[in-house]
Amino acid sequence: MRAERPPLPVTILAVLAIAFFVLPIAGLVYRAPWATALDELTRPEALTALRLSLVVSLAATALAVLFGVPLAWVYARVPFPGKNVARALTTLPMILPPIVGGVALLFAFGRTGLIGQFLDAGLGLRIAFTTTGAILAAAFVATPFLVLTVEAGLRSMDRRYEEAARTLGASRWLVFRRVTLPLIAPALFAGAVLSWARGLGEFGATITFAGNLPGTTQTLPLAVLIALETRPEVAVMLSLLLLAVSLVILIALRDRYLRFS
Amino acid sequence: MLQADVALRLGSLALEVQLDAAPGEIVAVLGPNAAGKTTLLRALAGLVPLERGTVTLDGVAFDDVARGIRLPPERRPIGVVFQDYLLFPHLTALENVAFGLRARGMGAREARIRAGSWLDRLGVGETAETKPRALSGGQAQRVALARALAIDPRLLLLDEPLAALDASARGEVRRDLKRHLASFAGIRILITHDPLEAVALADRLVILERGRVVQTGSPAEVTRRPRSRYVADLVGVNLLRGTATGGHVELPGGASLQSADRVDGEVFAVIHPRAVALHRARPEGSPRNVWRGRASALDFQGDRVRVGVEGEMPIVAEVTPAAVRELDLAEGGEVWVSVKATEITVYPA
Repeated sequence: MRAERPPLPVTILAVLAIAFFVLPIAGLVYRAPWATALDELTRPEALTALRLSLVVSLAATALAVLFGVPLAWVYARVPFPGKNVARALTTLPMILPPIVGGVALLFAFGRTGLIGQFLDAGLGLRIAFTTTGAILAAAFVATPFLVLTVEAGLRSMDRRYEEAARTLGASRWLVFRRVTLPLIAPALFAGAVLSWARGLGEFGATITFAGNLPGTTQTLPLAVLIALETRPEVAVMLSLLLLAVSLVILIALRDRYLRFS
Repeated sequence: MLQADVALRLGSLALEVQLDAAPGEIVAVLGPNAAGKTTLLRALAGLVPLERGTVTLDGVAFDDVARGIRLPPERRPIGVVFQDYLLFPHLTALENVAFGLRARGMGAREARIRAGSWLDRLGVGETAETKPRALSGGQAQRVALARALAIDPRLLLLDEPLAALDASARGEVRRDLKRHLASFAGIRILITHDPLEAVALADRLVILERGRVVQTGSPAEVTRRPRSRYVADLVGVNLLRGTATGGHVELPGGASLQSADRVDGEVFAVIHPRAVALHRARPEGSPRNVWRGRASALDFQGDRVRVGVEGEMPIVAEVTPAAVRELDLAEGGEVWVSVKATEITVYPA
């Protein structure tokens, strides 16, 4: 790329744009109680939220991988009528306001919901306002990231390796496990990390569908909201923690898997 | 014994090929790019479905469209060495070779031992723990051959086995490949666009053009009696087609040739460029075939020059650089062309 001197208005607006994104972070860093940082992060309510967030986000990532990889495979390889509609519906949570997702989940899996009423009546199974609910809410918003990334990986891989494996005697299932999955491992890893990050930050769908119960459904972002009213220092430290995690992911993935340029 | 009668369409290619191979035979399928060579190989391996036809190996039908038989690739005893070799990048050379054995249910320990001995046998035992990206082209080719042979196939298919190598390595790898191919007892079918490779490695050539077999025979037969422009160009001879009565060959467009060969009917006539003489004036004496032309393309080949002569009968002549200057060939000079009747080989088309 050739270096070019920008017109003055462009320079000013670009600098303002950077400031707009950097200032909030500076605000957090400025307000952070650095002297007591570790104490704030290791308060019981913070630790509980942290532990729950890890459980929920990792479980959601596991669900995303378990169901997302086969879905991506079908999208990448199998033509079927209504595929575009199906893809649109499974991508929707990426741009849907999360609270709408939460409401929708509630009317599907809630106690009186489409499926939930049978689960409740028949199996005594309740999903809404449980940790399972929080996991489902996170998986709902996180899975599309994995599907899109893995589908791109499947489309760009050289399928002749799979043919080579077939001629060596491998069944389709063996080819999938021993050739396809290893070859798309970078895309799978990137997709899993992205969906984990999305699940970790999930707020709207979780609070709507799973509530805000400490120890059960109160994940980090929800704890930040509560702490903001009671102990702002904790909110600041938890926010910085989430921010640090996101930043690390972005930097780690940028060069290898995410194509910005 | 392989008997294949394969018909399928893929994009603009319409493949319609009959191919038989006897046990122990090495067959080279030779043809220009996009002739359908790789598609033919993929059809034999079961990687593309036939539209019509059959593939039978030693009496067992792998494909029979009419009877609804289509054996999936993993159940065919066929080893394939792919173009670019396609070694699994995430596995070591040893694991690549062991892959087929494991897929066929062999235990991990035994598969590793067998794979190791295959690598040794092909002279690349030291690469066992190496990933494909760190192998040289020649090593990768041998690992790919070991991987294909380890499953004990009855038919070995090789797709352009030398094309991925740079020219300096090709000669040596070709000699090794010839030796390793000789040690395998089954049928070997080699796909190539390189006539040298085909002649060096195969007992029999099958010339494929635009999805059809245009000629088959031993390398000597094919080069002596080309039946297509493609082969004639490979061999470097002039190929003409016409109708013969006695030794007189009528060509399309009204020109005719006189040959010493007595054949009747549709014929090919082959004239080696060395046998085509060029003159400034109409030659006197014995040549039976004389016509006028104008030099067009010049192609320098060492101490010889190939001259394309346009005219009522376009032909390529081979002359010395001195003749180019004397006859003003570089400036598109008018010349007389002569060919002796005894220099024109005529055979049925």
